[in-house]
Amino acid sequence: MTDASLPASSDAPHRASLMQADARTQKRKAAEKRFRMYGIAGIATGIFFLIVLLVSIVSSGMGAFQQTFINVPVFLDPAKLDKNGNRDIEDIKKVSTFGYNPLIQDAVLQQIEQADIDTPLTKRKDMKALISASAAAQVRDTVIANPDLIGETVTFRILAASRVDGYLKDRVKREDVERDKNIDAAHLDIVDALVPLGVIQKTFNLAFITGADASESRAESAGIGVAMIGSLFMMLVVLVLALPIGVAASIYLEEFAPKNRWTDLIEVNIANLAAVPSIVFGILGLAVFIQFMHLPQSAPLVGGLVLTLMTLPTIIISTRASLKAVPPSIRDAALGVGASKMQSVFHHVLPLAAPGILTGTIIGLAQALGETAPLLLIGMVGFIASNAPDGIASGLLDPNSAMPAQIYEWAKRADPAYYERAWGGIIILLGFLISMNTLAVILRRRFERRW
Amino acid sequence: MNDMRIVERDVDTNNVKIAAKGVQVHYGDTHAIKDVDVEIQDKTVTAFIGPSGCGKSTFLRCINRMNDTIDIARVTGDIRIDGEDIYDPRVDPVQLRAKVGMVFQKPNPFPKSIYDNVAYGPRIHGLARNKAELDEIVEKSLRRGAIWDEVKDRLDAPGTGLSGGQQQRLCIARAVATEPEVLLMDEPCSALDPIATAQVEELIDELRRNYSVVIVTHSMQQAARVSQKTAFFHLGNLVEYGETGQIFTNPEDPRTESYITGRIG
Repeated sequence: MTDASLPASSDAPHRASLMQADARTQKRKAAEKRFRMYGIAGIATGIFFLIVLLVSIVSSGMGAFQQTFINVPVFLDPAKLDKNGNRDIEDIKKVSTFGYNPLIQDAVLQQIEQADIDTPLTKRKDMKALISASAAAQVRDTVIANPDLIGETVTFRILAASRVDGYLKDRVKREDVERDKNIDAAHLDIVDALVPLGVIQKTFNLAFITGADASESRAESAGIGVAMIGSLFMMLVVLVLALPIGVAASIYLEEFAPKNRWTDLIEVNIANLAAVPSIVFGILGLAVFIQFMHLPQSAPLVGGLVLTLMTLPTIIISTRASLKAVPPSIRDAALGVGASKMQSVFHHVLPLAAPGILTGTIIGLAQALGETAPLLLIGMVGFIASNAPDGIASGLLDPNSAMPAQIYEWAKRADPAYYERAWGGIIILLGFLISMNTLAVILRRRFERRW
Repeated sequence: MNDMRIVERDVDTNNVKIAAKGVQVHYGDTHAIKDVDVEIQDKTVTAFIGPSGCGKSTFLRCINRMNDTIDIARVTGDIRIDGEDIYDPRVDPVQLRAKVGMVFQKPNPFPKSIYDNVAYGPRIHGLARNKAELDEIVEKSLRRGAIWDEVKDRLDAPGTGLSGGQQQRLCIARAVATEPEVLLMDEPCSALDPIATAQVEELIDELRRNYSVVIVTHSMQQAARVSQKTAFFHLGNLVEYGETGQIFTNPEDPRTESYITGRIG
């Protein structure tokens, strides 16, 4: 009270004109300006690298969505395919793909002769370098599905060899071909001549999205479809287990559990679990689910269980955060009219927290979808070379792969054609992740309520 | 304090509704309520006044056991409603809270429709056998909450879309929908403007006909306007309890006098 009545000292700092910033103010302003600059620089760097990443992914991966095919009329010679001439399906099945190769090679050779191409490659086996090893299987499958075609000339769109495909995509260069045992410059001349005729064509490759993996030497027929099914099964397991368990655990911990040393300990441990490297969960899954419980290896069920363990902390943390964000006045209001604790939670708190819970769950799922390391440990890198309807990768207990594990496998393989497919797989995986995150944002926007 | 308008009203009955004896509340190590004895009468508005942190809200929350929801709160002593010990282990707080309704400081309607806000209590307590009965309860409660005329055309509109005063009256309607016998109000007007306050105060006077109303307030004018009995709390003690008129004109305790004349608080 008394200090205020003292005369203000003459060297008080606020005597200077307001029109002129004093040294302290200038210093503060400069510091703020610097901080803004750091922020802008950081964001700009981030955007730059994001653009580089996206451009490189798209430019390296788009090739996987296109594939080179050879359109040839193949004469399905009855003398080779059905020696007894009785169209018995069992007999037809006995003819392996080796029996089909000469027919296809003849057909391609015929195309070259028709086009009147001057080439030293005039023998049937010279054609092998142009045709994919999967082409025979392609033709055989068609014949087995429809044995009446035998004896007729049918136009097939067969896969070209991966070197031919690479040549059309600029991956295989003429100067490299000299060192390549698989293809000669003469083959490339043929390709150059056949492309304008429409015999060799590069078109959209649906098989990459729907197909199964293929062996090391048949990059051209490998697809990510089966791995997609594996990922889908795992996500189902994660959703069915992690969402109810995670939400129930969060509700108990947040609303019902007494606040004591034990619950504090649990809370700290859940927070720590969220930061545990995923490979540790892989080891845990290997030890518990496979070695102890003897569940099958490479099964989406086991993969889903491991990913559930990994996702639970994320879901619990986000669910608890959204339960905490519900104002206590809502709980008071419910309790005040005589609702039980459980009624107040399930009738009022949970619906209000639902958007946050859903968002957290979807983000947890997206995280699980992109996880590779734990899957490697439980063998979720099954080599499945036949497509899903054949039954091999159609269940929760059948061996399967997952998208990120498949990408990892492809990236390891020697053939550069697989490198391209790895990037293509990443585009698909990113597509999934972006759509899941978009869904999370939409759900949050739509269900968010204000009070 | 000279312009204070003290409404002299007769206390209708002398039936004791709530009897508290030797109530102590601890929040952890803090002794929030010290040995409070009070008898609250039926069909009366009783005001709890006192400076912030004096324990009046805490004591109010003891009456419907809302303090149970606070882990560190510990209540001892004896509180009886109609002679029944509400802290008896056989008493279910859920049933108690249906009998002792509560209105909170901040209007807190559920983010649901106006209808559902009021219907929620009757629904969970099974007070209505069919939709028609429920409609009737909702209408009756909204009328008692003096808000029926304002909302009867938009019962499906969200309760959170109403103005502050309307929200608080909706909360009162929600509280009376479960047919309570006692209505606890924790500073019901502190978030309202003077006009809404006047409406709520008028409503409180109406409610006195059916319920025993206990109101915590910071405004001494409000206590004087709406209550018949006033209790003055200070530092966890019940300093003085008596007829409102007497507390405000002729307090016995010097602390009460200091507070109502503005010297402490």
